[in-house]
Formats: sequence, structure tokens, C-alpha cells
Amino acid sequence: MTITDIPERYRVSSTRRETEDTWTLELEPVATREVGFAPGQFTMLYAFGAGEVPISVSGDPGRHGTLVHTVRAVGATTRAVCAAAEGQELGVRGPFGRGWPVADAEGQDLVVVAGGVGLAPLRSVLYTALADRERYGRLVLLYGGRTPDQLLFRDELVEWSGRDDIEVSLIVDAADEDWHGRVGVVPALVERAGLAGGAVAMVCGPEVMMRYAVEALLDAGLAPDRVHLSMERNMKCAVGHCGHCQWGPSFVCRDGPVYSWSEAERWFGIREL
Amino acid sequence: MRTLERDSFDRLLEALEARGYQIVGPKARGGAIAYEPLSRSTELPVGITEEQEGGTYRLRDRNDQALFGFANGPQSWKRLLHPPRVRVWRGQRNSDGFEIEPEPTDSPKWAFLGVRSCDLHAIRTLDRTMLEVEHPDPGYRARREDTFIVALNCGTAGGTCFCVSMETGPKATFGFDLALTEMLEGDRHYFLVEEGTDLGGEVLADVPTAEATESECESAHRVVERTAASMGREMETDGLKELLYRNYEHPRWDEVSERCLTCGNCTMVCPTCFCTDVEDVTDLEGNAERWQRWDSCFTVDFSHTAGGSVRGSGRSRYRQWMTHKLATWFDQFGTSGCVGCGRCITWCPVAIDITEEAAAIRATDGERR
Amino acid sequence: MKTLAELLSEVPAFVGLTEGHRELIGGCGRNVILPRGDYVFREGDPANAFYAIRRGDVALELGAPATLVIETLHAGDVLGWSWLFPPYRVRYDARVTDDVHAIAFDGACLREKCDADHDLGYELMRRFAQIITARLQSTRLRLLDVYGPPAAVR
Repeated sequence: MTITDIPERYRVSSTRRETEDTWTLELEPVATREVGFAPGQFTMLYAFGAGEVPISVSGDPGRHGTLVHTVRAVGATTRAVCAAAEGQELGVRGPFGRGWPVADAEGQDLVVVAGGVGLAPLRSVLYTALADRERYGRLVLLYGGRTPDQLLFRDELVEWSGRDDIEVSLIVDAADEDWHGRVGVVPALVERAGLAGGAVAMVCGPEVMMRYAVEALLDAGLAPDRVHLSMERNMKCAVGHCGHCQWGPSFVCRDGPVYSWSEAERWFGIREL
Repeated sequence: MRTLERDSFDRLLEALEARGYQIVGPKARGGAIAYEPLSRSTELPVGITEEQEGGTYRLRDRNDQALFGFANGPQSWKRLLHPPRVRVWRGQRNSDGFEIEPEPTDSPKWAFLGVRSCDLHAIRTLDRTMLEVEHPDPGYRARREDTFIVALNCGTAGGTCFCVSMETGPKATFGFDLALTEMLEGDRHYFLVEEGTDLGGEVLADVPTAEATESECESAHRVVERTAASMGREMETDGLKELLYRNYEHPRWDEVSERCLTCGNCTMVCPTCFCTDVEDVTDLEGNAERWQRWDSCFTVDFSHTAGGSVRGSGRSRYRQWMTHKLATWFDQFGTSGCVGCGRCITWCPVAIDITEEAAAIRATDGERR
Repeated sequence: MKTLAELLSEVPAFVGLTEGHRELIGGCGRNVILPRGDYVFREGDPANAFYAIRRGDVALELGAPATLVIETLHAGDVLGWSWLFPPYRVRYDARVTDDVHAIAFDGACLREKCDADHDLGYELMRRFAQIITARLQSTRLRLLDVYGPPAAVR
């Protein structure tokens, strides 16, 4: 048997409610094992008796010994995972997949474009870049959500907004008058970010949002092989065996979830692929 | 090349059993040929053949006593190597959390009897998807390794066969320990036997055989040639991958989806379709089990994501299946996912024919819905 | 000090106009400064002007009945297109959320010039059609509610 088949036991060390339906869980391994992951990778989270779901890692790759996931409760299994209390055990397989090519952005401007819970896998990129800030040019976060209440990681957004080594622009679909930020769509942020052609972009969000965000990035002059996006498909086995996450010729669990636009363009526009 | 007389055929089975193999071969059962454990040649479908067409399968009597005078039943060796249901692990809730016990991966030592060349290619294809990958499937490995393979060069082509087009038969060219050609010449009923491995030779040494004459070899060659000339179907494979890649929006997908019931029969009978679902089951006493079971890209749930099913239409599901078989498989595993066995044509309840669908798209290459 | 015609050439929506057209449009404009909290216009007002925002932020709002912000506009954006199309009536409140420096254009004055010079009319129609298209696209995208809970759990 290989590690890929059996969930490892992890204990929930802390939980935090991000929004109405989204929680962040910190997990520590029960048996000692080196916990390492690359930004953009995912694990299969297992709630005993409730099933298993693919969830992106949202933590700091520099913080060893802990796996952090941000989970939206949308089905029976994710609800069971989100309901896990401190001290409860969850199963973890992974991490799996090809993550964000953060190293390729060294020496370049790095633009992180997120929509909704799509910020979760990109937070690991921001942690990585902020930890080695001098290795990158401009660091830009463009983040859109449904309403101000439904933006993830609000404390960190406030903290980052106050720093001068990261430019943060937020936008929501709708807001009440207490919101002092922007109302509109993410591509509008891209258009206004004054991006240089050499910048590297990493995009994660609903497919519709990614489609228009990528278009705006290309219009801003970014090269297709420097624009990266993370795909969501039905990952079940996570190791390219079960066939569920096929997207054209690739298995998203194994060949993705992160693709460059050069790789993705041919398939992205095909409906129901 | 050796010859093995029909009367001595059981000696081959005995030699295999003496080496600890459990023989699995064709039997006529429930109106179809099925692969099941057997130990005597009389259990084989003696004197039986099949009538196969799109959506049609019938067993028929032959006017001889041939042991392998049919083509291929609905089942393939996939059923044994990659079973429909496999338990992956068992878990138990405890005071701390839970414990998980992996399922043992032991398997009987099998001898497969009568493996057609198309199915040898299918096994080879499964090997590539299950073993020659970054995370090999340990269960498949346990079932696959040490399997003794007695191949069969086809003396009969089914009405839906197209191995010649796919270059996967009808003669077995690799992946066997022994390969048989069944010969019926007047009163004489015998087999030409080819050794594929040293192990095959060792087994054969325990069986009464004779050195084959040049004329016997020549006759066997003609049997296979005749089969090759009587294929029920043809498929043009030249540029097939690119053809499908540039025709994702072809109107033919709409047309075929009007007939397709999305029942998934084609995926069940396909000897290479490997997709599985992961199923977690629990009881009320804190026990959980994980099962791997065959799944089909024809179900709506197959492509489920948080935002809904990606492939909601029958059109997109048929397109996924056929494009996977004939195009994306090349990019994934360096080979075709289709071996030309024709099972998907025979067992489709509405007789959808993969060769006809590919030809229709080729005939109107570039049309868009 | 830059002339209005010069300032106009810095507004993205008006890049590429002929000098003559810039002069004609500039002739209907004036610089305005609107403090935070002011309303540029209110829902139901006659639509007599549009604004090229040079600095500051504006929120387009609707009482539904609680106030809902449906779009925000910022430096470089053009605020107001109802002046060009009947019934020339403002659809939303436009509230200044950060002090605005803008060029305000007199719609009635421009409509007359467009009637007299159809080339100018065509240019303005074309450019406002683009503004409206972008606004419609943004609206449609948000109508999809792509960040909302999946249909299955709504």
C-alpha cells in the first residue's frame, strides 16, 4: 500500500470562521511526519464516515508541521469538515498536484488575482512572496468577492492594505453604503493596476471570473505563458487513476490544478469538456 | 512451434494447475461467453459460436467441436485485473479519532486461457494506466503479476471486430506465455502452440506436443489471415487524434446524443475503460469502509464539481468517452484507448458504432453545430 | 493651466478625438470639485450632464429600500450617460465617497452640438456606447453571482 491510498490522521489544532459558510482549519499530524506542500497544491480531506473532498492548502509553506485549509461548506462532506472542532481528527491524503510556479516570478512583478474562495490557494503564494519580498518586483493582490462580508482573511487584507510592499485592491459585486471600497468586477481591477508586460499573474476563482480576468491580463500585455490559473474538477483519487478530473487530455489532479494560459487556452473555451 | 492434439489439451490445463495456477477461461453461461474458473476442456464453449452485430449478441451452435470458435463475450479480463468493486481500506472510530487498516492486496495466481490479441493489447493498456504511472495501483499489481497468459490467435472474427484497423490483432504478438492457434482439419483437431516466454516453454515441456511441420505452420498462418480478412468493422486511424481534437463542436455529437441512452454499457464492456469512483460507506457502529468501484463517464455525477456537473448533456458525455478512447488517451498514456474489440458496438442497446461515428466526423471534418 | 480640451485628451474614453471635436466638447465643460458626501446627482433628476472623473470616487446607489451600492466609479471613469438618451433622466444616486475633481459637461449644450454636427454626434454615440457596453458587461457578470453558493445549496 502507498500513502496515496490511506488517509493520514491529523488533529484539528484551531478553527476560524472566515465567512458565513467558510472556515479555516489548522491541522497537525498525529503521527510525526514531515508536512510539506507547495503553494497551489491540494489535499484530500476526509471526515470520518462523511467522505472525502479535495481542498487547496491555504497556509504558509514556510510554517512546517501544520497544514492549513480554508473550506466552504457546500455539501455533506464539506459541512462535516467545517464542523470539525478543535481536537477532532480528520484524514489527509496528499498534498497532490502541480502548484503555482512561484519561483518563476522571481525578479518579476507578481500579480495575484483572486475571486471568492479562490483566494485560499493564492494566500500561500502571498506568504511565500512576502517572506522573500526582495526577490520580486511589485506585489499586487486584486481580489473580488460577492459582498464585503464574504471576503476571506479580512484581518490579513487589512494588514496587507496598510503595508507599502504589497498593493491590495478589493472589489465586490454589491455592498451597502458602509463599504468604502470598490463595487464592480475583477477585470476592472486588472485594467487599473498599471501592469507591466513582464509581470507574472496567478489567477484563481470561478471559471467565469477567470475567463474575463485572463482576458484583461492579456490585454494589459502579459504573456500567455506567464498567466497561470487553477482549475477545479472532480478530484476523487487524486493520483490520476479514477478518471473523474479529466480535462481534455490532462488529469487536473496530477497535471494541474495549476496551468499556464498557454497550456489551458486550447481547452478552456470548450464547453462541457 | 509445437503442435498439441485436442485429446491432450487437458494435459495443458493439468500442467498449469500443477504449478498452482487457477485457470480462468471462457464458458458459455447465461447466453453469453464469460470468463470463469475452469479446470477441464469440456467446460469450454465446445462447438459454440456467436452472432454479433450492433446491439446484437446471440450464441449459436457450430457444426464442429471447436473449443474457441467464437470471438469475444461482453466481459474482458479487466473484470479480474481491475474488478468492479474493490475494498481499499476499513476504518474504525475510536476514542482518539479513528484507525484505518489497509485492505490486503493478495490475489490468486491466475492462468488466463484464451486471451485474444485485442485483449492482450487491452491488458497492456491497463498496465500503462495502472502500473507505469507515478502512483502505481498496488491492488492491480498484485492481481496482475504472476498471471500466466495463454493467448489465442483468432480463428473467427466477430461481426463488430476491427482489430486489423487498430493494429491489435488478430495474431498475438506479445504479452503471452503461450499462444494457441486452433486447427480443425477434417478429422484432426489440434493446436499450434507458440512459446512466448521461458516459463511458457517449461509448462509446455510437461505436455505431450510435437514439433510443428512447415505445412502445419503455414495452415495456422492462413487461419489468422482468413480472420484478418473477415473483420466486421473498419476504422480509419490516420490522424484520428487531431481529427477529434479539431471537432469538439461537430454536429455529429448532437446527432449521436439523440440516440445515446448514456447507459454506460460501452464503458462497462470496454476492456480498457478504467474509471472508478471512491465510495465511503459507514455503519452506525463507527465502522467505515472505502471501496473503489467501476464508474462511467456517462453518469451526470461523474463530472460533479461544487458548481454542478461539468458534462450535463449527453452530447458532452458521449464526446468525452469517444474522444478519450481515440484521442486524449494518446496524450495521457502514449497509446490508443481503443483496441478494436467491438464490444461497445455489440453491447450498445441502440447499436451506436464507434467506427461509424469516427467515420461520420471524418466525412464532414470541420463542421460546427 | 491646462485647457479643458487638453484635459479631455487625458480621459481614456475620449482619447483619439480630433482637435476640433475636443474644442467643441470642451466648450460645454467646466472644472468642478465635489466634496465627499455630496450627491453629484439623484435618481429621477433630469440628466443634464456627465462627468469625466479626474480624481476621487463616486458610488452609484439605489434605495432598495436600504442603500445598495451597485457600482463605484474612479479616476479615469466617465459618470453619467443618461444625458445622451431619452428620457434624459438619472437612474441612480451618485454619491461622492472621496473628494472628486472632475470635468462636468453640459448635456443640453452637447446635444445641440451633436444635432448640428453629426460627425461629433457619431463620435460621442460610439464612445458612450462603449461605456455602456462595459457597464452592461460588468452588470451581467455580477448577475451570474459567480461567488454565490452553488445552485445545489441555494
